[in-house]
Amino acid sequence: MMEGVVEKGFLDMEDTELRLGLGLPSAAEDPGKRILGNKRPLPSPESSDECESSKGSCSSLDAAQDDHESAPAPKAQIVGWPPIPSHRKNNLQPKKAEGDAAGIYVKVSVDGAPYLRKIDLKVYNGYGDLLTALENMFKLTIGQYSEREGYKGSDYSPTYEDKDGDWMLVGDVPWEMFIASCKRLRIMRGSEAQGLGSSP
Amino acid sequence: MDPRRSRDSAESANPPLFPEEVLERVLSLLQAHKDRNSASLVSKSWYNAERWSRRRLFIGNCYSVSPGIVVRRFPNIRSVTLKGRPRFSDFNLVPQNWGAHVYPWLLMFADCYPFLEELRLKRMTVTDEGLKLLSLKFQNFKALTLCSCDGFSTHGLASIATHCRNLTEFDIQENHLDEFSGHWLSCFPENTSSLEVLNFASLNNEVDFDALERLVGRCHRLKTLKVNSCVTLNQLQRLLVCAPGLTDIGTGSFSHELTAHEYSELERAFSGCKNLRSLSGLTEASSLYLPVIYPGCAKLTFLNLSYVWLQNEEFSKLIVHCPLLQRLWVLDSIGDEGLEAVGENCPLLEELRVFPADPFIPDVVHGPTVTERGFLAVSYGCRRLHYVLYFCCEMTNAAVATIVQNCPDFTHFRLCIMNPGQPDYVTSEPMDEAFGAVVKNCSKLRRLGVSGLLTDRAFEYIGIHAKNLEMLSVAFAGDSDSAMESVLRGCPKLRKLEIRDSPFGNAALLSGMKKYELMRSLWMSACKVTINGCQELAREMPSLNVEGGCPAIRSDPVNITSMGNWLGSCICFCTSVVGDILRDIYNQECSCKA
Repeated sequence: MMEGVVEKGFLDMEDTELRLGLGLPSAAEDPGKRILGNKRPLPSPESSDECESSKGSCSSLDAAQDDHESAPAPKAQIVGWPPIPSHRKNNLQPKKAEGDAAGIYVKVSVDGAPYLRKIDLKVYNGYGDLLTALENMFKLTIGQYSEREGYKGSDYSPTYEDKDGDWMLVGDVPWEMFIASCKRLRIMRGSEAQGLGSSP
Repeated sequence: MDPRRSRDSAESANPPLFPEEVLERVLSLLQAHKDRNSASLVSKSWYNAERWSRRRLFIGNCYSVSPGIVVRRFPNIRSVTLKGRPRFSDFNLVPQNWGAHVYPWLLMFADCYPFLEELRLKRMTVTDEGLKLLSLKFQNFKALTLCSCDGFSTHGLASIATHCRNLTEFDIQENHLDEFSGHWLSCFPENTSSLEVLNFASLNNEVDFDALERLVGRCHRLKTLKVNSCVTLNQLQRLLVCAPGLTDIGTGSFSHELTAHEYSELERAFSGCKNLRSLSGLTEASSLYLPVIYPGCAKLTFLNLSYVWLQNEEFSKLIVHCPLLQRLWVLDSIGDEGLEAVGENCPLLEELRVFPADPFIPDVVHGPTVTERGFLAVSYGCRRLHYVLYFCCEMTNAAVATIVQNCPDFTHFRLCIMNPGQPDYVTSEPMDEAFGAVVKNCSKLRRLGVSGLLTDRAFEYIGIHAKNLEMLSVAFAGDSDSAMESVLRGCPKLRKLEIRDSPFGNAALLSGMKKYELMRSLWMSACKVTINGCQELAREMPSLNVEGGCPAIRSDPVNITSMGNWLGSCICFCTSVVGDILRDIYNQECSCKA
């Protein structure tokens, strides 16, 4: 094999620029596609198995995108980094704390709907999971989260009442923090929702 | 005297100073390979006495020498340790089918070492045929250790169990094998009673528990028993009652439910293990059942919690019971508070390994991880600490400097800041001074793993101060060739150098030409080395085995991203044929495989 024989595209400077962080190439370009909260869902067991494949590639990008449509792909993983051998990777699932067996049930209201629903926040892995479930439950579309503009692309914005009694936009804080402080959910609709999203 | 030796004596020109049998007897007391290697260089008669009296063979790089040469030089070997693939193969950086096959060695040994007793393999490709050969051709075979090997299946293990009559050690650690069933355990004949070490913790299939219980019951010399997670707590209790003399226990899973009675029986079983020194497994243990092990911990010197996710509270309650602990492996889920508890309770600690529970989501937000605080706390409380492997998200130069002042006896310092190229999170400076402090303070340092943002300065420090350094691991570090050149110029005892994703090119590679002859191996991947550089190295140094690869072997775009904009990066694994033991005359044809 000759030196310099690399496929076209590998020489694309942007794609191959080494960065200190592990941000995706698209993160800087498109603020609308920011990662939803800080939490990325755990790679599914299937994607872990892919890590063992002969090419050594380990990309949970695909897995995450399949599982959570509204959550953009998480940080890119580097092959073989951090240097953990595969037999350690397979066993490392954080265990839920004892005594958390009970769910976190919160009421969910949707502007214009005749009655409320209740959901258990514990069953969801993250924001993407939760929002998909809400979309299914109420037959509506919530849209893409962005830090700058709230939820774009539809009339609805998911909000929640926190421990202090304030109404917050869903998605700003890390998932764990959210489920710890969320008392109830309200899916706002229309101009009221837009007002919330566009406040500085 | 071995009758085959008379040939040697006849050949020597001068009469020996004293009978060769005596020399051989004296040299047979030398155990360490380094000492034996040195002795063999003294004179022809010492060389001969040494080669006839050597019983244990250690080959750190299976490509450094051919089996034929080995058996010709050492006729009386009883124990062989062979290591194959470069360490970075653990992280999927080495192409599949790279090699390191043990079968040719086994064929040679079957002819020349019929009395072989022990075989320890690491990162080699073993096959079921190989294991079958091993089990049939060596009547005295006793001890098998397979660590990070591949290419075989539980059928091969069954051959060993079936045919090796005098098996004392059956140690299967973290391999990639095909697991068809747990039937291999039932292949041990009913009269097998010789086992001293039985480790199948990493295998996934259930074994016949009754057969296991009977086996453990009749192996009175059993000291190490590590079972897999299919073994329940109740079954574990029965095993402990069978074998209270165990010194090293690997439990099964703690996920099964116990009645109050079963709980106290298990607790009693642990307290019955008066000689327990080493404990591992404990998968899925939680505060619910973890306390059953407390009574067994009083004399514990090694505790391996690296497969169990514990939080600070439950860990702190456990560690109080382990005052004699010398080695601790743990997950970072215990947090800095957990490490503070270590510092407070384990004054005799010599080795600490902290693994990340969640390596691919390294945000602090997701749960406890460890920072410099925890490491500092351990260094204040455990002044004997000399081996550390520490995965963290952030670190400071100041903390590391303090740590190595507290613990100047480090022999192994492996710090992995998990975000590549991460600077000191307080000062935003590179981590150069941290590793500078390590090499300046720790004169006994033999192994160093660096990480974080590092400039060439860090490597200057290493080259100047790390005079006893034998192994260096580098990733995402350095600015230029000068870094690698500093290390190659400066570290006289360097044996293994592994580098990935760092900007070192052909000039740096070639600057170490002479040195590679004295080293076991050099690995470089995703650096700036090109095939031309490898070819030139191979040309200049025909005694070296140089392999160069091409980035197209790994075509994952994620990987290409991490290589930066360097053209024609090359996977280059240079191995030294003049390895530890063999300074002999022989020429190995240089092979340069692209």
